[in-house]
Amino acid sequence: MRADIFSKLQTARRSKTPVTLVDGLDGKTQALVYADKVDGDLSEAVVKEARDRLRDNKSGVAEVSGDRWFFDCHNPPLRLIIVGAVHITQTLVPMASIAGYEVIVVDPRASFATAERFPNVTLIDDWPDEAMEALKPDSRTAVVTLTHDPKLDDPALEITLKSDAFYITCLGSRRTHAKRVERLKEMGFDDAAIGRIHAPAGLDIGAVSPAEIAISVLAELTAVLHAKPIVAAAA
Amino acid sequence: MTDPTPFASIDDVLGTAEGWLSEGRKVALATVVKTWGSSPRPVGSRLVIDGDGAMVGSVSGGCIEGAVIKEAFEIMQSGDPRLMEFGVSDEQAWDVGLACGGNVQVWVERMEA
Repeated sequence: MRADIFSKLQTARRSKTPVTLVDGLDGKTQALVYADKVDGDLSEAVVKEARDRLRDNKSGVAEVSGDRWFFDCHNPPLRLIIVGAVHITQTLVPMASIAGYEVIVVDPRASFATAERFPNVTLIDDWPDEAMEALKPDSRTAVVTLTHDPKLDDPALEITLKSDAFYITCLGSRRTHAKRVERLKEMGFDDAAIGRIHAPAGLDIGAVSPAEIAISVLAELTAVLHAKPIVAAAA
Repeated sequence: MTDPTPFASIDDVLGTAEGWLSEGRKVALATVVKTWGSSPRPVGSRLVIDGDGAMVGSVSGGCIEGAVIKEAFEIMQSGDPRLMEFGVSDEQAWDVGLACGGNVQVWVERMEA
């Protein structure tokens, strides 16, 4: 790979700018295609293919304009926003990081969201609705609320349910969730919107400890990401 | 707050390549560009190799890395990138052991300093 192309690719990755690295498989051409510009000499058809694939995050080989190309899509990492700096969060943060997520923890309560409890993660101590408005969940974002407290979970949900977040879950028993559904209806959300919430949270693997609950949530999130049907465990 | 994603570093193959290049090492990059059937690593999976055979990342479940590294050493010298193909229809695949029965194409190139 050309040094200038690699340097620009790394700059884009660091600034979380989506970019497709385009490699001619004859070994002669290398270029970078961004949403709004192109670094390199490519035909319009190749640029279009690169942008279409970037939007769908679909790397792969294709023949365009008579040549074979490898389109290598570099989108920013998937994000996991966790509302509630609770015990489960302490286990979910490292697990999700290993799985490749950029993890962000939101909790306005000073005694919960401490750097000591959460080293090496982005902590936001704003009120959840303000935090979510700033974070702008998109189709590459998952949102998990774990506070059990409607004062904190509901404002986060209000923003999240209006977003394209690909996975939404809220910790709580069926009874807690039923009450949550009532509150969300009063806030004006319809069944389709409320149905986007995966409840109870996580796959039914009999999770008990905080780490096990984190595993079940991460497992369900993974299944939803790859659009696998979630099969209920045999009773 | 130091590095927000310390755990992700095991997967940051390009970051490793960047670090190695800055240390003046010879570096080759192998990238899965196409797969058919059951293959252990998806398109876009990467393996970075240095002149001493150190490697980070993967392009398979460990079946073809040996063959890729051997090729990578040649490419570090010549600078000519190569598309390598492994599969059950390929005698070499049996030798290097792509046991899953899948087919995979790997693009191997030199990282220019």
